[in-house]
Amino acid sequence: MTHFQIVTIGTSLGGFEALSVLLGGLPKDFPLPVAVVQHRSCEDSAAFAPLLAGQIQLPVIDVEDKEKIREGHIYVGPSNYHLLVERGHFALSADEPVMYARPAIDVLFESAADAFGGDVIGVLLTGMSRDGSAGLKKIKASGGFTVVQDPETAKHGRMPAAAISAALVDRVLRLEEIASFLVELCVPRGVRHDRRQGQHSSRR
Amino acid sequence: MRVLTQSQSVEEIETGLLLEGIFRQYGFDFRNYAPSSLRRRLNNFILDEHITSISALQDRVLRDRQWLDRLLYALSVNVSEMFRDPSFYVTFRTQVVPMLRTYPFIRIWLAGVSMGEEVYSLAILLEEEGIYDRCRIYATDINDAILKKAKEGIYRLDQMRMYTSNYIKAGGTQSFSRYYTAAYDRAIFKTSLRNNIVFAQHNLATDASFNEFNVIMCRNVMIYFNNELQAQVHRLLYESLAMFGILGIGAKEALRLSPHENSYEEIDKTSKLYRRIA
Ligand SMILES: C[S@@+](CC[C@H](N)C(=O)[O-])C[C@H]1O[C@@H](n2cnc3c(N)ncnc32)[C@H](O)[C@@H]1O
Repeated sequence: MTHFQIVTIGTSLGGFEALSVLLGGLPKDFPLPVAVVQHRSCEDSAAFAPLLAGQIQLPVIDVEDKEKIREGHIYVGPSNYHLLVERGHFALSADEPVMYARPAIDVLFESAADAFGGDVIGVLLTGMSRDGSAGLKKIKASGGFTVVQDPETAKHGRMPAAAISAALVDRVLRLEEIASFLVELCVPRGVRHDRRQGQHSSRR
Repeated sequence: MRVLTQSQSVEEIETGLLLEGIFRQYGFDFRNYAPSSLRRRLNNFILDEHITSISALQDRVLRDRQWLDRLLYALSVNVSEMFRDPSFYVTFRTQVVPMLRTYPFIRIWLAGVSMGEEVYSLAILLEEEGIYDRCRIYATDINDAILKKAKEGIYRLDQMRMYTSNYIKAGGTQSFSRYYTAAYDRAIFKTSLRNNIVFAQHNLATDASFNEFNVIMCRNVMIYFNNELQAQVHRLLYESLAMFGILGIGAKEALRLSPHENSYEEIDKTSKLYRRIA
C-alpha cells in the first residue's frame, strides 16, 4: 500500500480545463483524497464544484468547515476562504488573501505538509501567479513528493515555471501524463496489474 | 520520517506549551482553536517580530503583558466586509424581517464582529426596513482594541466600491453613499447608525451567556475553533437564543457541528440562516 495520504493540487488561470483533464483521468477507485485550490473570482463560488463534477468520475465536494477527509473524493476549496488540511478533516479560514489570492495554494500545500509530513503529494498546474512555490518547497522539505506541469504545455506557464526555479521538483510532466503518474505512485502494483487483465480485485 | 507525522513535532509541543501558559497566566483560552490556521498566524507573527521560535515568544508573552496584547491582536483575524455574502442579507430581509416586525422589541447578538462591518450592515438593513428603532444590537468580540475601531465606524474609502456593490446585491433600497461621509481616504459612517448598538468584549470560549436574543449571528468565527470548541460555542448560542429565534452562521460553516442541530430548521437552502424550533 502507498504511504501517501493526500494529493493536493493548485492552479490559477487556465485551471478549469487543466483540472478537467487531470481529475478526469483518475479512476473511480483512486485510493487517496484529492484537495484542490483554484484561484477565481468570488462570484462563481457555488457554481465551480458542480461544473467540475460534470467532467469527472470521482465525487466532487465544495468543502465546508471541518469536512471529513475521505479517500476517492475531490475536495474543492470554496471562494473567499483558505483551505487548510488537518489530520482527518479540512479547516477553512477567512484570513487575509496571500498574494492577492483566497484560497491561496501555498496555504493548502503548507498546511498539508504540517498535517501529513512526508505523506503529501503536491501538484502545481497552469497559472500566472507566483503562488504555490513556497508551498511546494515546504512539501519537499517535509519529505513529500512534488509534481509540476511542464510550463511549455501549460496554458499559462508562469506559475509552474516559478515553482521549477524556486523549489526542488520531483517530476515535470505534461498535463495528460499527470493522472496516470499519480495512479502509478499511489495504486499498489498488484492491483494495477489485476485491473489491466480485467479481473475484479478488491484492495480491502 | 513517519514517526513525526504520528507523534507531535517540536513546533506542536511548543505551541501547546505556549497556549497552556497563556491560559494559566491570563485566562485567554486558545487551546481548542483549529491548529492549522493558528499555526499559520503564530508563524507569521514570530517572523514579523523577528522572534526565533515559539518558545522564545512564550518567554516574552508570559513575562510581559504588552507582548500578550500584541499577540492577541495578531491572533484575532480582523478581516471582514460590509454585506459579505449578499444573499445572506437578501434572505434576512425577505424571510426574517417580516417575523421581526411582529415583535415590540428585538434583541440581537453579533458575536465576533471584528471591526464592525457586519454590525453597520445590519443596522442599515434594519433602518431601511423601518424596525431599527425597536432593536438593540449587542456587538461583541474577544479583541478589545478592534472593538474600539468598530465603535468609530471609519473604513477605507477604497473599499466602498466593493461594499456598494455588495449592498446593491443585498437588496439595499437607497444610495449607499448616503450612509457615510468621505474624508481624505476614509469613509466615516453616520453616527445615528450606532444609536442602538452596544459594543462589548466577550470571549466565546470562556464567557457565559449574558441575555436571551431573538437573533444571533456568529459568522466566520467558529471556523477558527476545533470541533470540540465549536460544539461548546454552539451550545452557548443555543442557550442564548429565544424560542423561534434566528441563528446565522458563515457561508461555509456547518450546523452539523452543533449538538443542537435538530433543534433548528433551515430558513432556506443556501443562506445559513436557521430558526430555533425546539
Ligand atoms: C474573520 S473575523 C469575522 C468577522 C465577521 N463576523 C465576518 O463574518 O466578516 C473573526 C473574528 O472573530 C473574533 N474571535 C476570535 N476568537 C474569538 C472568541 N474566542 N470570542 C469572540 N470573538 C472571537 C476575532 O477577534 C475576529 O474579529
